[in-house]
Amino acid sequence: MSDVITKAQVITWLENCAALLETQKAYLTELDAAIGDGDHGLNMARGFGKVKEKLPSMADASIGSILNTSGMALISSVGGASGPLYGTFFMRASTAVQARQELEPMDLVKLMEQGIEGVVQRGRAEVGEKTMLDALIPALNALKSQLEAGAGLSDALDACVAAAEAGVRSTIPLVAKKGRASYLGERSVGHQDPGATSATLILGLLRDVVKGSGVS
Amino acid sequence: MKKLINAVENVLTEQLQGMAAAHPELNISLDPKYITRVGAPFAGKVAIISGGGSGHEPLHGGFVGHGMLTAACPGEVFTSPTPDQMYEAAKAVASDAGVLFIVKNYTGDVLNFETAAEMVHSEGIKVQNVIVDDDVAVKDSLYTAGRRGVGTTVILEKVVGAAAEEGYGLDACADLARKVNSYGRSMGMALTSCIVPAAGKPTFTLAEDEVEIGIGIHGEPGQYREKLRPADAIVETLALEILDDGAYKRTLREWDRENATWVERDVIDEPFKAGDSVIALVNSMGGTPVSELYAVYRKLAELCEARDITIARKLVGPYITSLEMQGFSITLVKADAEILKFWDAPVSTPALRWGV
Ligand SMILES: Nc1ncnc2c1ncn2[C@@H]1O[C@H](COP(=O)(O)OP(=O)(O)O)[C@@H](O)[C@H]1O
Ligand SMILES: [Mg+2]
Repeated sequence: MSDVITKAQVITWLENCAALLETQKAYLTELDAAIGDGDHGLNMARGFGKVKEKLPSMADASIGSILNTSGMALISSVGGASGPLYGTFFMRASTAVQARQELEPMDLVKLMEQGIEGVVQRGRAEVGEKTMLDALIPALNALKSQLEAGAGLSDALDACVAAAEAGVRSTIPLVAKKGRASYLGERSVGHQDPGATSATLILGLLRDVVKGSGVS
Repeated sequence: MKKLINAVENVLTEQLQGMAAAHPELNISLDPKYITRVGAPFAGKVAIISGGGSGHEPLHGGFVGHGMLTAACPGEVFTSPTPDQMYEAAKAVASDAGVLFIVKNYTGDVLNFETAAEMVHSEGIKVQNVIVDDDVAVKDSLYTAGRRGVGTTVILEKVVGAAAEEGYGLDACADLARKVNSYGRSMGMALTSCIVPAAGKPTFTLAEDEVEIGIGIHGEPGQYREKLRPADAIVETLALEILDDGAYKRTLREWDRENATWVERDVIDEPFKAGDSVIALVNSMGGTPVSELYAVYRKLAELCEARDITIARKLVGPYITSLEMQGFSITLVKADAEILKFWDAPVSTPALRWGV
């Protein structure tokens, strides 16, 4: 397969996010009801629904500006803690790729690095505090180390998603220290973090789109 | 679910339309959603803007008016508003004196208001954010998102709104807000749960004879559940948590206008002590009748007197609610001369009105 991500793939990925988050709305909301306030699925579905509305007008835009517009749409429609965090992720990610029309594998690393840095600056959380970072950071590390070791994009993305999935599972025994779930203290143990779950779904879709188009 | 609703997805819009119809002294924007005082911006006066999830009425929209808030941004029920609401509200009401955002300490509210402050700043408007974090039911700030913002918000919005009316500048308003927050402590309890319209079912469940002590205003879990006890015993539990609360230390963020960045500041709240004067708020969570609030006030007054704490001013009623939840909260704010002066200043809003 060709080792680039095209603009068309980026658009398909975002469309697929809107569709999947709509179907996973109840699941994410249920996870959030257990340790938060039961709105994460509603928030994400509303937000990516807005992103999807913007996509038709973005056909001629660069990848950077597609990501930036998506981030702004998320910020102005999600609400809750996840709105500014996901919004910041996409807006920062856009600065890493700017006017590009396609992405090299290492561009994806840069994009994720910048996005995650934005999430950390905004939310001041670290790995192990039971947040979306518990999926995002291992996912980035896996992607980067695979690519540096010479793996192709497809394999590296497999490793990336596997690390995110392991990261989500790792949130189950954790005590939440950030966000609403932190008020539960020990009672948050035994529940999977909703934000880490949505982040993993989103990364899984990116992998699917990239692999679906390539010749394996 | 048994509620006065036409369609779940229209709850907030219809509520705002009703407010607009009932209060011609308010301007209400529906897209994005925000409420402003007619006549704003007011030259030379700091605009005081607050906001948060809906479902806590009259907070915050009911406090927009002369001597209190210049604007309020309502989010979906129990979900923080988004930065575009705060940004548009700020642009609509900001004078050269700038904008103060009053933010209850919930991660969603804090992050959305921080994003908004950055947007407002880049428009060339002077802006500052102050956090309210007064819920003593949350003990530590190291392993949680910190104390939640509850009843002190009402008193803070009144006091700082009056100061802005008198011409306090942005930094002076922010300092006063920080002082009120630092002087204020609250705690609440629930007899019953509440139903978020979009969810359609109770946020949590309590058995017929069970209560939750230390509940937050969105039904966040409290410290513990117990069997219902007589009112006096429950009031004593809450009041003593507040009165005996030790020094509370945490780190809060402030906007550094010069360098366009967030800076951290360690803040310590000193405990109450004998001889203090306070403003007391005995607040209904929405479903508890005023008659029961007076039973609460009766015991609270007795407990304060026993500790040589003078209740200089008081407010009894539903001011920061949690939909139809039955339960109450107590807030005590240490009151010095400056705070009392601004508490007594005229106010004219849908929910608080005196001296005019
Ligand atoms: N400080 C933070 N840093 C990173 N992620 C966070 C932080 N606080 C909360 N989150 C994420 O946000 C998710 C909750 O999102 P959501 O339910 O939409 O917002 P809210 O908690 O305001 O209702 C959590 O599961 C967690 O992954
Ligand atoms: Mg939530």
